[in-house]
Amino acid sequence: MTQITLSRAITAGLRKAMEDDPKVLIMGEDVGKLGGVFRVTDGLQKDFGEDRVIDTPLAESGIIGTAVGLAMRGYRPVCEIQFDGFVYPAYDQIVSQVAKLHFRSMGKLPMPMVIRIPFGGGIGAVEHHSESPEAQFAHTAGLKVVACSNPVDAYWMIQQSIKADDPIVFFEPKGRYWEKADLDESATPLPLFSSRVVAEGTDATLLAYGPKVKTCLEAAIAAADEGRSLEVIDLRTLSPLDLDPVYESVRKTGRAIVVHEAVVNLGMGSEIAARITEDCFHSLEAPVLRVGGFDTPYPASRVEEEYLPDLDRVLDAVDRSLAY
Amino acid sequence: MSSASADHPRDGLGPDLGKVFGPSHADGGPELVQLLTPEGELREHPDFSFDGSIEDVRGFYRDLVLTRRVDTEATALQRQGELGIWAQMLGQEAAQIGSGRALLPQDMAFPTYREHGVAWCRGVDPLNLLGLFRGVDQGAWDPRDNNFGLYTIVIGAQTLHATGYAMGMQRDGVVGTGDPERDAAVIAYFGDGATSQGDVNEAFIFASVFNSPTVFFCQNNQWAISEPIERQSRIPLYQRALGFGFPGIRGDGNDVLACHAVTKAALERAREGSGPTFVEAYTYRMGAHTTTDDPTRYRLSDDLEHWKLKDPIARVEAYLKRGGHADDAFFADVQVESEGVAERLREGCRSMPDPHILDIFEQVYAEQTPELALQKQEYAAYLDSFEGAAQS
Ligand SMILES: Cc1ncc(C[n+]2csc(CCOP(=O)(O)OP(=O)(O)O)c2C)c(N)n1
Repeated sequence: MTQITLSRAITAGLRKAMEDDPKVLIMGEDVGKLGGVFRVTDGLQKDFGEDRVIDTPLAESGIIGTAVGLAMRGYRPVCEIQFDGFVYPAYDQIVSQVAKLHFRSMGKLPMPMVIRIPFGGGIGAVEHHSESPEAQFAHTAGLKVVACSNPVDAYWMIQQSIKADDPIVFFEPKGRYWEKADLDESATPLPLFSSRVVAEGTDATLLAYGPKVKTCLEAAIAAADEGRSLEVIDLRTLSPLDLDPVYESVRKTGRAIVVHEAVVNLGMGSEIAARITEDCFHSLEAPVLRVGGFDTPYPASRVEEEYLPDLDRVLDAVDRSLAY
Repeated sequence: MSSASADHPRDGLGPDLGKVFGPSHADGGPELVQLLTPEGELREHPDFSFDGSIEDVRGFYRDLVLTRRVDTEATALQRQGELGIWAQMLGQEAAQIGSGRALLPQDMAFPTYREHGVAWCRGVDPLNLLGLFRGVDQGAWDPRDNNFGLYTIVIGAQTLHATGYAMGMQRDGVVGTGDPERDAAVIAYFGDGATSQGDVNEAFIFASVFNSPTVFFCQNNQWAISEPIERQSRIPLYQRALGFGFPGIRGDGNDVLACHAVTKAALERAREGSGPTFVEAYTYRMGAHTTTDDPTRYRLSDDLEHWKLKDPIARVEAYLKRGGHADDAFFADVQVESEGVAERLREGCRSMPDPHILDIFEQVYAEQTPELALQKQEYAAYLDSFEGAAQS
């Protein structure tokens, strides 16, 4: 058992994946000598060389487009996008090429590629450094999308993503990079595309992923003081969604609240609410509620604390749900 | 030189790459336009000359010192927690003042996030620059007030905007009329790293085929965060221009006179309707990429020492002193003025009002949507519920 931060857990997972498979490559801006602006790839170029840990020219479309060619050649590129807001120059390659090659080749051409994106806010950054674009990728058929919320999951999920034969957009909660947990490297991980109940409760179900899982766990603790029992589910996978544990929970609690930093309008919560309604209609005591970012661009950092859904806004939604 | 030729053996398939020196060169290479040496001596150049007066040079000196003061003060404010982050301009003052002072009021400038010196030349209050870095706004100035665009963080995006703006000028009939009060041009600022972006290359192509009055001003400060220029190019950047169909020039980016002369020529060419020019200002990022960066992780202090000898301010000071063009009182005055600028920045920064969360709902659309208006109303009610609770 070692205490490890979330960012270091990803480093360890990447290192393991590179040791296990010589075809695994890391590419991105500043990932080599600097070890990435968040140091997630720290030390990897030194140990695996410049052919496997590639400081690329400053061009996101170039990073993903060349990763397609490398994947065709049998490599497993793990591409780092420096910040969420800088993925868009690569959007065309991701959506029109990466996502569709398997389909267009009638299954002959797998695209084993991981696109790592540090996402979310709360770090006091300037614009384009705090966004949550996950729904845009989950909306794209051909891509799989996952988000880790804690160091242990981060360690396993990055390795599982690299082993997968489909392209995976891997969201890392940058505001939680420095949070620590005990990591047991000999444990057996949960399958990648599975959600997990992280706190059991009976009055309402909170659904979250990435940075907001911790917020929901804190909300559950605060609610317990008031005699309310909240169940919390870490969704972990956003495409495909793993909703069976969610349905089971909602049938028990009758209430569901989806929490994310991304804007509510057509966010992950919209799809999840629709599916819960379809599957659990007769068990629902209240409409599925969504707590998320407002439908504005991410604001200047001095108001981000009021913009981001926090414990109070989650508890407010719990109140509203219970009031039905 | 010889090692570069070995790297690029001539194979008969293309130009003799052995003739060039790679993208960087200790002295900027033989084609570097330099009018003022690091020692402060004037130098002749066959194609370019500084056509301003001594008064102008003194003005440049003042600009250089005051903007460096703005920059160091902002860096200090970040250290004190008053700014979230700051992108230092240190070392790039001459590139920015030289080019910025070559602009006419009717010209338009599109900056990155580091163009504090250009902003100064355009008359933008330095305090306005701090909003973005303090986290109270995202720029918020009106680009039309000073013909200075918003700071752009997404690398390279603004080069296309600059080109489109220049295409607008063509359509408005303010290019090539021969009327110096009327003819206008656009300057796009970007870094060496940015030259790898698709957007920047697309901007070159649009500007070229439409012959738009765009000056592409690249500050090659040798680094894109931790990546050296060699990671973006194998030839000097200015030589790329030819492939796109317009001229490229490399100026000494630490020489304010050369930057002024070269940019002025490029702007004049654009205004008269002869199309785009690529100007590479060969310089060095003396500070960290931003205040969150630690350059000791990826570069040698030897380089820094080498570039210190080429300081953009020291050479102007040496020139003014040696020629007796400015007396002690002049230098003392600029010093005093710079302290005043710093103090004003300090006070202004600390007393900058925080934004209000409810205002963001009004900024999104020209015509407010009912949905967003409702969200604002609901959130205001939610916030009020806390106030009520706090009072009771
Ligand atoms: C599209 C995009 N990708 C990545 C980044 C992150 N980033 C910010 S500055 C920078 C390096 C820029 O280097 P350069 O263009 O040389 O300009 P400099 O900062 O040296 O002035 C990077 C990679 C960004 N801002 N935008």
